[in-house]
Amino acid sequence: MDIELVNAAINGDRRSLARTLSGIENGLVKLEQIRQIVTHSSKSHQENVWTSLAITGAPGVGKSCLIDKLLKIWAGAGLKIALLAIDPSSPRTGGALLGDRVRITSVDDESVKHNIYIRSIATRKSSGNVPLIVADMIEFLHLANWDRVVIETVGSGQSEVRCAAIADRIVVVEGPARGDGVQAEKAGLLELADAVIVNKSDLIGADKHAEELRESYHLGEGEAPPVMLTSALEETGVFDAAEVLLSLPGSGRSERARWRERLLAHYERKILESPKLDDVLSSLAAGSISIDDAISLLGGE
Amino acid sequence: MGQNIRIVIAKPGLDGHDRGAKVVARVLRDAGHEVIYTGLRRTAKQIVETVRDEDARFLGLSSLSGAHNHLFPRVCELLLEEGISDVIVFGGGIIPDDDRPALHAAGIRAIFGPGTPTDEILEFIVQASTMNDVGVGADNDWYWESSA
Repeated sequence: MDIELVNAAINGDRRSLARTLSGIENGLVKLEQIRQIVTHSSKSHQENVWTSLAITGAPGVGKSCLIDKLLKIWAGAGLKIALLAIDPSSPRTGGALLGDRVRITSVDDESVKHNIYIRSIATRKSSGNVPLIVADMIEFLHLANWDRVVIETVGSGQSEVRCAAIADRIVVVEGPARGDGVQAEKAGLLELADAVIVNKSDLIGADKHAEELRESYHLGEGEAPPVMLTSALEETGVFDAAEVLLSLPGSGRSERARWRERLLAHYERKILESPKLDDVLSSLAAGSISIDDAISLLGGE
Repeated sequence: MGQNIRIVIAKPGLDGHDRGAKVVARVLRDAGHEVIYTGLRRTAKQIVETVRDEDARFLGLSSLSGAHNHLFPRVCELLLEEGISDVIVFGGGIIPDDDRPALHAAGIRAIFGPGTPTDEILEFIVQASTMNDVGVGADNDWYWESSA
């Protein structure tokens, strides 16, 4: 590992930061090594203040535009904010088109851009909407004095909760008119949300959907997460949402579910990093071993 | 792991035509690379900051507006000012033959015009990625002889 590079990254050099993150992503730089040279972080960790916030939701609900506004507000208030924007890799070729930057304009704003770092990340081999290596990238960013890390997940469906394995808080973004009231009752992502934002409040159906979500949470146990309305386009509700999100407490609900996701993510990583993986996949495709054989070959130790 | 080449595809200037850039981005993606697309109408500075923050190994610039003689060398200059001398820069679009020597001299290692087979762009990426001294700041006059 290049110690000078890591030190330069921690002292604020952007290029070194980007290089170190690539090293972590590619498995060439280990977090344990970095922890040894960073004796202390100038940012002490405060209890109940999040470091990482995952923003997730279905494709097209306006996650990128909303995040752009939030970044500008938080960076404008003096916080150093990093955005890790995740897009899917092709399972066939391994390639990826990372296009989240197209809608992020705050990073070009001269008054706040020194406080904003954006990095596009492909899911590579991992399943789920956030690869586990992102957890290491978040910790490094924190060691390098970035106050808060926002993760924009792959646009995800109802049951995609892998971000729970990584982020301190989960915000689910919804759009207006997302089906009838029963949709809000379905199990899945919404159960793990620490806050819900119904975006595109300028469109018909947003108020009603927010109300359905609130009703649904009140039928359940424990404290309901805040359900907020925003229009990233018209910039209404965004300041209020930014304030609530910044000091969002952990809901404390679903601790077991979060640990379940962490367990699954780590187990998956073990399989994906196994040197035997390629051979096992070939044998499976050739029909020479069964799935049970494959699991015992890969997951054994 | 580790072989995923990160490539920024950028549209500098006021040119609003991005069909070519999108085709190239798609071809690179399908070849297994990680492509970061900047969107339209970026300034040279925005492009350089994107390359820096994304730790890209290659930068592809597309221009169909005729402003390439100004914008492409400007991007190269700013990359060097940022200390990013090892990123490999290539260009594409409507670039007359007469303009190409000056662009190569500015550090652009390939220029692909309309009609270039997409495989040729992939071959360039593979070959250039194995060369150590073809970054924008390298003291080397090598460039790819493109077919179009």
